[in-house]
Amino acid sequence: MATVYGIGSSGAAPALEAKAVSVSYGDATAVRDVSLTVPANRVVALIGPSGCGKSTLLRCFNRMNDLVPNARVAGRVDFHGRDLYDHGVDPVEVRRRIGMVFQKPNPFPKSIFDNVAFGPRVNGFHGDLDGVVEASLRQSALWDEVSDRLGDSAYALSGGQQQRLCIARTLAVKPEVVLMDEPASSLDPIATQRIEELIYQLKERYTIVIVTHNMQQAARISDYTAFLYMGELVEYGPTETIFTNPREERTEAYVTGRFG
Amino acid sequence: MRSNEGVDRRAGSYHGRRRAMGLAFAWLCGLSTCVGIVALAVLLVDVTLDGAPRLSVDFLSSFASRFPDRAGVKAALAGSVWVVTLTAVIAFPLSVAAAIYLEEYAPKHWTTRAIQTNIANLAGVPSIVYGILGLALFVRALGLDRSVLSGALTLSLLIMPVIIMSAQEAIRAVPSTIRDAAYGLGATRWQVVRHQVIPMALPGILTGTILALSRALGETAPLIMVGAVGFVAFTPGGLSDQFTVLPLQIYSWVSRPQPEFQEIAAAGIIVLLSLLLTMNAAAIVLRNRYQARS
Amino acid sequence: MRRGAASRRHFHEELDTLQARLMEMAGIVERLIGQAAEAVLKRDWSMAERLVADDDRVDELEIEIDERVMELLALQQPMAVDLRQIVATNKASNDLERMGDHAVNIAKAAGRLSQAAAIPEVRELAEMVSIATGMVSQSLAAFVSRDPEAARIVCETDDRVDDLRGSMYRILVTHMLEDPRRLSAALELLLVSQNLERIADLATNIAEDVVFLVEGRNIKHGAEGPA
Repeated sequence: MATVYGIGSSGAAPALEAKAVSVSYGDATAVRDVSLTVPANRVVALIGPSGCGKSTLLRCFNRMNDLVPNARVAGRVDFHGRDLYDHGVDPVEVRRRIGMVFQKPNPFPKSIFDNVAFGPRVNGFHGDLDGVVEASLRQSALWDEVSDRLGDSAYALSGGQQQRLCIARTLAVKPEVVLMDEPASSLDPIATQRIEELIYQLKERYTIVIVTHNMQQAARISDYTAFLYMGELVEYGPTETIFTNPREERTEAYVTGRFG
Repeated sequence: MRSNEGVDRRAGSYHGRRRAMGLAFAWLCGLSTCVGIVALAVLLVDVTLDGAPRLSVDFLSSFASRFPDRAGVKAALAGSVWVVTLTAVIAFPLSVAAAIYLEEYAPKHWTTRAIQTNIANLAGVPSIVYGILGLALFVRALGLDRSVLSGALTLSLLIMPVIIMSAQEAIRAVPSTIRDAAYGLGATRWQVVRHQVIPMALPGILTGTILALSRALGETAPLIMVGAVGFVAFTPGGLSDQFTVLPLQIYSWVSRPQPEFQEIAAAGIIVLLSLLLTMNAAAIVLRNRYQARS
Repeated sequence: MRRGAASRRHFHEELDTLQARLMEMAGIVERLIGQAAEAVLKRDWSMAERLVADDDRVDELEIEIDERVMELLALQQPMAVDLRQIVATNKASNDLERMGDHAVNIAKAAGRLSQAAAIPEVRELAEMVSIATGMVSQSLAAFVSRDPEAARIVCETDDRVDDLRGSMYRILVTHMLEDPRRLSAALELLLVSQNLERIADLATNIAEDVVFLVEGRNIKHGAEGPA
């Protein structure tokens, strides 16, 4: 039984609510009966040892598991009160409103401008594309470094810059929620710090759910932390509680480094 | 200590043996390569010596003739260009579409795997079988008779499995992270394919297509079956015209007794090889550009 | 590297807030000690009640600083000078809170003194008050300006305070033996001198924390040896 503390008192309306979500690939269950609430304009971190199901759970929030051939998702994920897995819901629209940043920076083999413009273009945007691209690059703290070379290939950028480009690309479609799957795990410490600072700034306008295998990172940047182990949600509460005085023994064993 | 000495000695001779074996293996591989190169060199030298004197603008612009001095490849060259171009136009879109379907849209079911296996098998079927198929289907059943169109359709069937397989390889080589990113931005499957997968896979697809077409350029047997004739004194003007192709023309010249015709044949071979080399060079250039971009 | 640059802005803001709380505490405690000293020298009873309310605020701040320190250590992985600052702040806040309590004790003693009959005049008391309050403000100033030299001077001054307390003890015992009516007053003065000596010790602790913060060296209990 998972222990969930202190979410209702945050004062923020829920952006996403997972209710009894389970995911299995064939015979193997990756996520087992997880329920948690993501409050709006907050950063929620999912932590746990490798293979505990945190990335799988994250991908439930924007229906990316639909693209995996033998994945089966049970339960519901409510977004503004409507179940994302309902029959009438278009997964393409879901992914526009709930964006995703991946572990390794994966810019398209196009120019910097075309990378950021891709999202708006495929979603039928006909307005001021230049404005949208600039605004997105500013929001991801990359504009000053690339404003004079938007036509250059995205592959000419460093790893940290590419990841910020991917963030700008995600922001360009104006999502409400941004999911991040270990966004800094392939970056050096300085680039990681910049991403963390960026996340802290972004939460003013977006809701962020981040998967990280780096506990200290979760401690630094998140408001709420969920600890998953072998597909189950062990504990979910304010970050400070999880890291200074967790209720569950397993949580304490993990954050003190006694296992995992 | 005794045991150490033993180790050193054994190690010494062991190292020596290892090195010797490595060297021997390298030499063996080198020699095998030489065999192929030497054979090709011999062919090229022989053909060039025989045929170079016969190469001229006249040669390229004259039709075949009973007289060696007036014989030329014009009809055959035109026929080859017509047939190969038409084959490209027919085979390329169909093959690429099939590859896209198999890689992006087909469900991961045993039926899809069965189709894949069949296509691989088709790529290995002898070309004469395609000739027979073409004769029965295009020339007789569809009533297209002995025409450029029949020839092109037959060759298309021949090279489509090859193009499909190399196109699939190219599409598979597009990293799944690119697709994930595109889906994550709210793109539909078609948008992902059209805007990300095809542009990235295109150089690989084109390389495979050009190589398949250069094979088609050299096909003789199936075209004989669908009616390419050996003696043609005109260039094709339309899809339903009769035609001949370079390999066939070369073959008919080689069959003549007169030694002059052997030289003419050699000249024809040079023309054919030049065409092939050009197409292969194009394929290499494309591949290099593709490597540089990623 | 520029402090306050784009990286870890959130963390540096938290550090600044922690510093601000400590400074607020220091300000209140300095004022408390000054008022208590005045109360003793001028024999003013009414001071004590006012001091207690201020001391409550000091206690609140100590709890708040404890919580902030805990959160910073657990969540932010501070290193080097940041880590030393947080640890030094934690210790200093504990010392300040006790200083506040001692100031309240002094004010209460002053209040009881004002009711007493015959109060002996002790010159040393004024000197003790002056030195102790001086040590407090100098150690706090050294903390703010991160000045280890000024801090070391405070540590050296502590011996003088200890001597004065010893003298006061002997003088007051003499007074008590000479005239039993002066007993209660003399005992209160003794209490005052003990509280003043404790305040001076706590100021020394804060000065040692300053050296730890700036140089990373622990000079407590004579660890440093003669200069």
